[in-house]
Amino acid sequence: MSERVVIIGAGPAGVRAAEAVVRAGIRPVVIDEGSRSGGQIYRRQPEGFKRSYETLYGSEADRARAVHETFDALLPQIDYRPETLVWNVAEGRVWAARAGETEAIPYDRLIVCSGATDRLAPVPGWQLAGCYSLGGSQVALKAQACSIGGAVVFMGTGPLLYYVASQYVKAGANVVAVLDTSPFAGRVRALPKLAEQPDLLWQGVTLTFGLIRAGVTVLSGITPVEISGDPQSGISGVTVRTASGDVRQFDCDAVAMGWHLRPETQIADLARASFAFDPRTRQWLPEIDGDGRSSAPGLYLAGDGAKILGARSAEVTGELAALAALGDMGHAVDKDRRCYLMAQRARYVRFAEGLAEAFPWPHQFVADTADSTIVCRCEGVTAGTLRASVSEAFATETNRAKAFSRVGMGRCQGRYCGNASAEIVSALRGEAVERAGRLRGQAPVKPIPVGTARTDA
Amino acid sequence: MSTPELTADVAIIGGGLMGCSAAFFLAQRGLSVILLETDKVGRQASGTNFGNVRRQGRPITQLPLANRASRIWRQANELLGSDVEYLQNGHIRVCFRDRPENVGKMEEYAVQAREEGLDLELLSGNMLRERFPWLGTDVLAGSHSAMDGHANPRLAAPAFARAAMKLGARVIEDTKIVHAAKIGEDFVLEAEDGRRFRAPTLLVTAGAWAGKIVSQFGETVKLTPRAPTMSVTEPVPYSILPAVGVMTPDEVETVYFRQVARGNIVLGGSTRAPSYPDEYRSYVMPQNTMTQFQHLRRLAPALAKLQVIRVWSGIEGYTDDALPVMGPSGTVPGLFYAFGFSGSGFQIGPGVGETMAELIATGHTDIPIGQYSIGRFG
Repeated sequence: MSERVVIIGAGPAGVRAAEAVVRAGIRPVVIDEGSRSGGQIYRRQPEGFKRSYETLYGSEADRARAVHETFDALLPQIDYRPETLVWNVAEGRVWAARAGETEAIPYDRLIVCSGATDRLAPVPGWQLAGCYSLGGSQVALKAQACSIGGAVVFMGTGPLLYYVASQYVKAGANVVAVLDTSPFAGRVRALPKLAEQPDLLWQGVTLTFGLIRAGVTVLSGITPVEISGDPQSGISGVTVRTASGDVRQFDCDAVAMGWHLRPETQIADLARASFAFDPRTRQWLPEIDGDGRSSAPGLYLAGDGAKILGARSAEVTGELAALAALGDMGHAVDKDRRCYLMAQRARYVRFAEGLAEAFPWPHQFVADTADSTIVCRCEGVTAGTLRASVSEAFATETNRAKAFSRVGMGRCQGRYCGNASAEIVSALRGEAVERAGRLRGQAPVKPIPVGTARTDA
Repeated sequence: MSTPELTADVAIIGGGLMGCSAAFFLAQRGLSVILLETDKVGRQASGTNFGNVRRQGRPITQLPLANRASRIWRQANELLGSDVEYLQNGHIRVCFRDRPENVGKMEEYAVQAREEGLDLELLSGNMLRERFPWLGTDVLAGSHSAMDGHANPRLAAPAFARAAMKLGARVIEDTKIVHAAKIGEDFVLEAEDGRRFRAPTLLVTAGAWAGKIVSQFGETVKLTPRAPTMSVTEPVPYSILPAVGVMTPDEVETVYFRQVARGNIVLGGSTRAPSYPDEYRSYVMPQNTMTQFQHLRRLAPALAKLQVIRVWSGIEGYTDDALPVMGPSGTVPGLFYAFGFSGSGFQIGPGVGETMAELIATGHTDIPIGQYSIGRFG
C-alpha cells in the first residue's frame, strides 16, 4: 500500500499534522509558501532579527515556541519545501512552483492547512495608498518591525482588530483609533460561548482596556463613512458615524482593516471538495466531517483554511486530520487521543460561534454601499457597475456578475471582493446571500509567471 | 388541465453565440422566437473561448460565411446597443522555424483567400519582428490579416440575447429540454420541469449537447466534448494590437495570444482536455497549462515575465472532421441545425446566426453551407 502524504502549509495545523504523520513512520512532503515554518500567526522574524518570543507573540509566546521547536525537530524526517506555491491540484497530484519551476507531486493523502486571510468590506476610499489589511499590518510589524504609517487607524471587527492594535501600541507605533463596526451589546450576549476559552476572553478584555489606557480612542458600533485622501499622497483620514449617530473624523496616514477572517479555500476547491453555506459567518466553507475529511477522496482539511476556529484549534484540527488520513490508510489510531482532540475541537467551535456573534460581518453596510464605491480593487470596478450587471445585463449570481462586470476577475481572484459582491448582488435581487453563490476557484491559486517550466517532464 | 404552452414561429434550443445571434436576426426579420437555454446564455464554448475574430486559417470554402460575420462584428456595438469589445487590430498567423514546409502552405492559402476577398500580407520572420518586436526568433514567417481582430466572448452571446429580447424574442434560461418531437405541423418541446413549448420551426444550436436532441429525430452525429486551455495575465500597458497564433499540424504547438484594451493578455491553445457535458463541468489540466506556456515562450519570449492570474475552460463539441453541422435536417421538415463548431465558432458565430435566420425565413441562402450537411455523417 502506497503512503504518499502531502501536507500544504506549515502553520500550527500543518506542523501538528506533520508531527502525527511522522510519528506513524511516514515521511510527508510539507509545502510552505513561507520561507520559514510558523504560518501567518506564528510567523518567524527574518534571520538576524533578535526580538524575543514574548515581544513577538505576547501571551501566545509558549505556543509559538512549541510549534517552531516541534517543526525544527521534524525537519530530518520530512521533505520540507519552503517558499513553494501550490498553484493547482489535479488527478491526485499537487502542482508546486518555486523560483520559476514547477513539478507535480503525487499523493495518496493530501492534508490542506492553507490558513486564512482578512475578510474585507468595501469602504469608500479603501483603494487609496495606505490602506492595509489587518493581517498585512501585522506582517509588517512581525516580520519587518515596521509600522504601516505614522498615525494608524484600525477599523473593522473581530479579535484581531484589538490584538494587532495592541501589538502596534506595544511596539511604540502611533495608534489613533480602534473603530469596531460591531455593537458592544453583541459581545455581552455572546459571553456564555466566549467563556469556553476564559483566558482568551480575559485577554480580549485586557487588550481593550490597555488600548484605552494608552490613549487610543476605542469605539464600538460605528459605521464607516469614508477613507479620505488623494491618489498622489494617499490616505489623510477616516470618517465614521458613531453608534449615537455623530460623525467623527480621525486624521491618519494609514488604515488597517479587517472583518474577522475568511478561509483560504482555493486549493480545496481545485481538489474538488464540495462546499456548503455557513449562515453564521455568511461564507461558503468546504464540507468536512469532525475529523477533517472532505467530500473528495484522500483530501483532508484543517486549521483556519477549513473553518475559522483560531490558532489554538488549528493545532488540534491539524492533528485530527492527520489521524483521519492515517486511519484511512489502515494505521492504528489512538482512540483516546482522537476523543480528547474532538472534545477540544468542540470547545473551540463553541468559542468561534461566540466570536461570530460578538463580531458579525456588517452585511447590511456592505449591501448598502454607494454606487461610487470601488468593490473590486484589482480591476477598479465600482458597486454601480456591479449593480448594472444585475439590473441591466440580468446577472443572477456572483459568477455571472463577475463575467459581465469584472468584479473578482483580477489578481486576487475575488478573495477580497467575493464576499462583498455576493452581498451586493443578492441584496439587489432581494434574495438570501447564499442564492448569489460563491466565486468558483480557478488555478493558479496565486499568480505564476508564463516563464514557469516543468522540472519533471 | 395541461400545463400552458408557449408558442412562437421559431423555437431555438441552445443559447450559445449561434442560438443568440440567430434569435436576434430572426426577431429582426419579424419572426417570433423562443430561445431555450439549459443554463445561462453564452456560458460554455461561446463564453470561454479565446475571442479570436479571425478569418485567416479557416477553410477557403468557409470564407463567405466568415466575411459575412466580419461585417457584423464591425457594427456589433451599434447593432446590439452594447460593447462587445471588438478590436479590429489584425491577426497574425506564424509558423515556427522547424516547420519550413508551412511557408509554402501559407503562400498558397493567401492566393486562394484573396479570391474570396480576404487580403493577407506575407512577411518574413525579420520583417515581422521589425513590426512586432515581441515575436521570438523561433518565428520563421507569418501572414498578417489587417481586417481581423478579437472580441470579448464573455459579453458577445449575452449581448445578442439582450438585443433579441429588445426585439421581442423570449430568452428563457435555466430550462433544459429533455424531450423534442414533431407532432403534426409543430415541434413540441418539453422541459425537465414539465413546461412545454411549441413552434412550427426548430433550430438546434446546442453545441456539445446537440447529439441527444438530434437523435430524437432519427439522425446521428458523433460529438466529442473537449475543453480549451485558457489563461490570462495581469494587466500590462497596452501595446500588442493584433491577435497572434501559430500554424502547425501539432495540437500541442497551436498557441495564441491577444491583449485586451484593459491590458491583460489572454493566452490560449495547446492540448485540449476532455469535458463533461452531462455534469456541466470542464477542467483545465495543469500539464496543458505548462505546454501552453512552453510554446508561448517560443512565440513571444517577452511573455515569460508576465504573471498569469487565472485559467479557465468550457465545453466545446467537436465533430470527427472538425467542421460544423449547419443547415436543414435530412429527415424532418422545419428542423434546422447549427452546432459542432469544433472550437472554431466564435468569429463566424454572428454570420451563422444571420445565415440560419435567412435560411429559416426565406428558405434560401447564398452562403455555401452544403458541405456542413448532417447527411455527411449518415
